[in-house]
Amino acid sequence: MFPVLLASLDTSVLINICINGLVYGFLYALIALGYTMVYGIVELINFAHGDLFMLGTMLVWTFVGVVAVGVAPGSFLAILIILGMLIAVPIFCALLNAGVDVAIYRPLRTAPKLAPLVSAIGVSFVFMNIGQVWGGSQDVNIATLIPDNNLLGADSSINLSGTDVLIMAVTIPVMIMLTLFVKFTSLGRAMRATAQNPVAAQLMGIQVNRVISVTFLIGGSLAGVASVIYALKVHTVNFQMGFQNGLYAFTAVVLGGIGNIPGAVVGSLIVGMVYSLASGYADNLWATAMVFLIMIIILIFRPQGILGARVREKV
Amino acid sequence: MQIKRQTCAVILLSVLALAAPTTTARAEDPPAFPGDKSGTIKIVSSLPRTGSSKGQTDTIVNGIKLALDEAGYKVGDFKIEYEDLDDATATAGAWDAQQETQNANKARDDKDVMVYIGTYNSGASKISMPILNRANILMISPANTAPGLTKPMTGAPNEPECYRPSGKVNYFRVVPTDDIQGPVGAAWAKKLTGKLSKPRSVYVLHDGEVYGEGVAKAFKQECEALKLEVLGYEPIDVKAQEFKALMLKIKAKNPGLIYFGGTSQTKAGQVVKDMVAAGIDVPYMIPDGCFEQAYIDSAGADIANGRSYVTFGGMPISELGKTANGKSFIDAYQKKFGKLPEEAYSAYGYECGKVALEAIRRAGVKNREAMLWHCARIKDYDGVLGKWSFDKNGDTSLQVMSGNTVEGGKFKFAEKLELSDE
Repeated sequence: MFPVLLASLDTSVLINICINGLVYGFLYALIALGYTMVYGIVELINFAHGDLFMLGTMLVWTFVGVVAVGVAPGSFLAILIILGMLIAVPIFCALLNAGVDVAIYRPLRTAPKLAPLVSAIGVSFVFMNIGQVWGGSQDVNIATLIPDNNLLGADSSINLSGTDVLIMAVTIPVMIMLTLFVKFTSLGRAMRATAQNPVAAQLMGIQVNRVISVTFLIGGSLAGVASVIYALKVHTVNFQMGFQNGLYAFTAVVLGGIGNIPGAVVGSLIVGMVYSLASGYADNLWATAMVFLIMIIILIFRPQGILGARVREKV
Repeated sequence: MQIKRQTCAVILLSVLALAAPTTTARAEDPPAFPGDKSGTIKIVSSLPRTGSSKGQTDTIVNGIKLALDEAGYKVGDFKIEYEDLDDATATAGAWDAQQETQNANKARDDKDVMVYIGTYNSGASKISMPILNRANILMISPANTAPGLTKPMTGAPNEPECYRPSGKVNYFRVVPTDDIQGPVGAAWAKKLTGKLSKPRSVYVLHDGEVYGEGVAKAFKQECEALKLEVLGYEPIDVKAQEFKALMLKIKAKNPGLIYFGGTSQTKAGQVVKDMVAAGIDVPYMIPDGCFEQAYIDSAGADIANGRSYVTFGGMPISELGKTANGKSFIDAYQKKFGKLPEEAYSAYGYECGKVALEAIRRAGVKNREAMLWHCARIKDYDGVLGKWSFDKNGDTSLQVMSGNTVEGGKFKFAEKLELSDE
């Protein structure tokens, strides 16, 4: 028992587990942003978002399977392929997301709130079935494009891989860009206006449907970026993985305050960190429960989420 | 109270049933079973024909069909019919309790059904065994390895009596059980850690399912008996998508080998990927639930190669080909289906088919009880898997397993594994 306790106090293990939590936190944040932006604009919890992310990962799998056969991990060609995917996959996810909005959610815009919500659950199942036909019902492997070796040297007790660095190098700028976009561009202003009051925004001459489409495009493309990163990090795709990852992202959104962009990021980092610490120090089986326990505790004290503003219920 | 009395009766009956063969003389005459001596006898199989196990069950069904085909779908004056039932649903992607119940009920209600080949998953057998037991239907499994289904004191306290409400043994299997697989794996692990000069310790993970936990527990117990230090024993969350944090924790304990009791469907591939990602360079040992291409596909050949060590209840197809019976099976299979029987259980499916036919031949009458009586007395059967007998629990006497590794994205037979004498 004593050596076990000693090992669990090992600082290098703690650092490793924290790096791991941070990396997954950023990954969840990319998915969470799509949830929170769509909710902010149309007050729809887009349950299909996690499965959109899964389909993006399927595309990565197909892409890597076709293009990257025999490509050495870490080679120039591998980097080129990753860059190509970071453009192609977000475009695919963005168009799919916006397409679903136009075809399904838009006709239901004036319907009671539950109608688009249930439709979103329906879309989620449709996506899942597409994923099952696409990738089969088993876990499939995505070949390694970035070598897994430790950047700090093979002997270092702290483990930082090229993938971890890439994830942060991609995710952090994307988030900064998104924040700047929403804050300072005219389209961003239109989005915030639509979020506050769609009718008033329309009266001010904002084309609300266009703004909503842009929101779905951005949310989808972020999920696409997440897909590429997830594929590089976890190397596995299966048709059911959208549910779990989507659920974590959604939890992060609620935790951070739904509709709030920095809140989604903060929430995601907490979820990633709690999950990693719980499965590293407590029990892998209880890690998910731990995440939700923390969420419940935080929500008891801050029902609006960590960064969420207290808004009066619109009637 | 009612229930209690029933259980008492069941236990009493089963004790009597177990005691019966020992009290009767060795050269016993078969009781006279009434029944037709000609007509149609149906054999059904209940296997997960949709979802992730389809690859395996396709070859099992082919094996059964081959056995029946070789007999010309005839035993004496009986015409044999075969029906391939599915115990999986597309939505579950795996076996489903309701579906398995339906299959068992269907077999029970069809008076022509004498033999039920199945199931693939031990959990499914737990459901169909009592139903078929009450109906006296001979059940032969090609793939169930959970020991509790047949062996007392290896599973839950009321196992296996709870599956035998009639007190008779109606369930047989041609595959060795996990309680052998675990110890055999432990002996291998001890040898491996020594050979590869790794620490003499193991870390044991399992998926929390009947099969996975059963085999992991047996592995752990034998490791302790062999003085191989067990640094940890814990379940994983099979719904999780990655196990990196868990692996970082394990890395700090510096085990010489990691064992995972689970299947390719319960994340065996992801566990080894995250093991490598966390920088743990030790052998990864897994049971026969991972002895299928799906494991290599999910782990990726570059990860699986050289570090996967798979125990499997019997010889792989390549080794099987070295015996005369094995070779003729492989040749016949290839001739009939145009390809090699790649998946592990095809030979077991074939053996089940053969045993079913043998039981029908010995019985000679269309009587379910006669099938049971005669099947239980199959001794020194010269089958495709070797020479074996059924013991009083309905288990095969085969105790040999194979140790396999992965090379170049394919399984490769490494060595013959036997129970350690220590």
